[in-house]
Amino acid sequence: MSSDVRFTDFKSDKQPTWCPGCGDFGTMNGMMKALAETGNDPDNTFICAGIGCSGKIGTYMHSYALHGVHGRALPVGTGVKLANPNLEVMVAGGDGDGYSIGAGHFIHAVRRNVDMTYVVMDNRIYGLTKGQASPTSREDFETSTTPEGPKQPPVNPLALSLAAGGTFIAQSFSSDSQRHTEIVKEAIEHDGFGFVNVYSPCVTFNDVDTYDYFRDSIVDLADEDHDPNDREAAKEKILEGDKEYQGVIYKDENSVPYSDLHGIGSNMSEIPDGAPEDAMDLVREFY
Amino acid sequence: MADDLNWAIGGEAGDGIASTGKIFAQALSRAGRHVFTSKDFASRIRGGYTAYKIRTSTDRVQSVVDRLDILVALTQRTIDENLDELHDDSIVIYDGERSWDAEIPEGVTGVDVPLKSLAEDAGGAIMRNIVALGAACEIASFPIENLDESLEKRFASKGEKLVENNKQAARLGQEYVQENYDDLPEYSLDTTDEDYVLLNGDEAIGMGAIAAGCRFYSGYPITPATDVMEYLTGRIDKYGGHVVQAEDELSAINMALGAARSGARAMTATSGPGIDLMTETFGLVATSETPLVICDVMRSGPSTGMPTKQEQGDLNMALYGGHGEVPRFVVAPTTVAECFQKTVEAFNLAEKYQLPVYLVADLALAVTEQTFRPEEFDMDAVEIDRGKVVDEDDIDQYLDEQDRFQPHYDAADGVSPRAFPGTEGGAHMSTGLEHNELGRRTEDTDERVSQVDKRNRKVETAKQEEEFDYREFGDEDADTLVISWGSNEGAMVEALEYLEDDGIDVRFISVPYIFPRPDLSEEVESADDVIVVECNEQGQFADLLEHDTLTRLKRVNKYNGIRFKADELADDIAATLTEEIKA
Repeated sequence: MSSDVRFTDFKSDKQPTWCPGCGDFGTMNGMMKALAETGNDPDNTFICAGIGCSGKIGTYMHSYALHGVHGRALPVGTGVKLANPNLEVMVAGGDGDGYSIGAGHFIHAVRRNVDMTYVVMDNRIYGLTKGQASPTSREDFETSTTPEGPKQPPVNPLALSLAAGGTFIAQSFSSDSQRHTEIVKEAIEHDGFGFVNVYSPCVTFNDVDTYDYFRDSIVDLADEDHDPNDREAAKEKILEGDKEYQGVIYKDENSVPYSDLHGIGSNMSEIPDGAPEDAMDLVREFY
Repeated sequence: MADDLNWAIGGEAGDGIASTGKIFAQALSRAGRHVFTSKDFASRIRGGYTAYKIRTSTDRVQSVVDRLDILVALTQRTIDENLDELHDDSIVIYDGERSWDAEIPEGVTGVDVPLKSLAEDAGGAIMRNIVALGAACEIASFPIENLDESLEKRFASKGEKLVENNKQAARLGQEYVQENYDDLPEYSLDTTDEDYVLLNGDEAIGMGAIAAGCRFYSGYPITPATDVMEYLTGRIDKYGGHVVQAEDELSAINMALGAARSGARAMTATSGPGIDLMTETFGLVATSETPLVICDVMRSGPSTGMPTKQEQGDLNMALYGGHGEVPRFVVAPTTVAECFQKTVEAFNLAEKYQLPVYLVADLALAVTEQTFRPEEFDMDAVEIDRGKVVDEDDIDQYLDEQDRFQPHYDAADGVSPRAFPGTEGGAHMSTGLEHNELGRRTEDTDERVSQVDKRNRKVETAKQEEEFDYREFGDEDADTLVISWGSNEGAMVEALEYLEDDGIDVRFISVPYIFPRPDLSEEVESADDVIVVECNEQGQFADLLEHDTLTRLKRVNKYNGIRFKADELADDIAATLTEEIKA
């Protein structure tokens, strides 16, 4: 890894097609800065994404990347990382990708605690399909498919993560570039599954969870007397439900990532030209 | 075959049927006898009926037959389920002290052995099946010392005492028969000096994967593919690899895809219901041109179907599953040994042509433990061809004018250069969206057409460079041609002997490559009758061959959940010869 990498090195020559003002610009910039500031470079970085506005991120960043199917980016990232632990793996997704179609994978990725970073661009709406309710939409949020609101409580991704044994749970706001970058950086540096839910407003289809709303309501945990190593305190904050927190809510300092627990460490792409030398032992087992 | 013997043990699930059967199969194999096993089993943990059947001979055995010579019956149902297979020289070993009154069919000899009491004498009732094995050794005139080694292997980890108790249990069974029965129908199992290995198709696939350099496996447990995963667990780690039990098949294939994008040789294995889920990601694997081996160990479908029964019903799924059009290869091993060889080949094909390879096996292969000479798993013959992988030193020649790596470069042979993540200067993306050479989304009509053509060109390249051949048996000048794929080969090879006895000469072609596949039009046209044998109702492979040859073919299809049996298959083929071709 070279030390003179700048965050612009992670920018591709492709201009984003996100709507002007979209929160995803800020989310992506923070990811690029955090990657550069943690000593990574495009050739050792792998970005996985699913479907939705967030899914396009691999095109706008310069790195190794796979833009996969809807909701399955976390399993892809898991495979990438376990097969080559030298890579910095970052999975990006939206609230639909991560908490609806991919909700099952989210829970299990948290449990598995593979050393990678998961950044969810949560805009509380389906943007790319032009404005339907998402799993994080408010109960009374009126959309084309929920004219009177979804009438079901929004998913609390932080609570899901905590319940599943999450070792790093954080939240940020795409518009607060400095804090967002710091938080993603900390997630990258965490030994295990670093999860950051990012408020990333949709300026076109969500007129409720707007920049103004978040600016007015966000409470920064850095300004509060919050100890992120205290799981009980984290639980309380997460379940309060009426506050929009920013910061690292929970962090397990004793986290042991999956690879360490399972003794995985080699780059699996490196294999011999033929069968392993002692491969006949495998046959002899069947005598 | 002079000393061909069909033996079985049956009882309820949970009675230790499979492990007892395996102990006897290993004893026979170690005594230099060929073994071919099959299992009657149900999708339940306790109760019901389950049996482990062994056919053994000093000649090679490749099929089950409708005949049982010695049956260890722990339940009446075991006898009832096998009535048709018992004959006048059959012997049923049962425990008359148990609560059921065994009804032994007329003509069949019952041998009443107090299995439970004798086991208790040896140290515990749990060893009653071993007592039965000892009795069976006596009845079959099979030296009991061969059983000892097998017991040592099975129980060594549990301590010497247990091993000795089991040996004693076997001897008590043996002695009981010696002392209480004479004039039994005579069986004699010769031993030889041959060394055989005994394994099933799932194990052979797992072993092939390790030999081929597969280092990442992700899967979700499903009958009858779980054995692949269980085989690899613990073993692949010794070679720097890892097995992940995923939360579902959607995840399993995506993890394997991720590992393959990292440059690892990766595989997942499942059965029909899992393939349904994996189909979601199949198109992404294929269009992102990621080398991946997807193993489908087929069972009876549709839906949950008959999870523990045989069927070759997923051929069309493997060939056509998924929306849109994108090439994939389909390889279907025809024997347990070939499960090993074709797995190795599947990895090479996947990487050389950068596409998903369906390795289609079936339940009959997966659960059959069969003896082979160890040379058939020739590790020295394993060649690894990773295809067009480029490293840092020569990446410059593959960059465009703006120094960008082109993972979907429109190469003349359709195969683009491949740079593993971590390769300096090689950073690139790929996507399930139609893309240009850079791997970025495009809807440009010219780029779309050139990428579709490029992907299809890989198939043409493979057809030129690879030999997608077949194996041939029987009389090559015969007027009757039988063609089959997958596990039917063994039954058909033996059926040839029955047919010959009936004066019917047959040429038999066994095909392990479904796509690309050998061109059989000449063989089909030169035969008077062509019969395609497959374990499904619709004749999916026959459809393909008809398509290839535009000739109407006769078909033998079986879809009751049971594999073909040599003698029965011979009858079916003889009967088919007199039928008109179905329009």
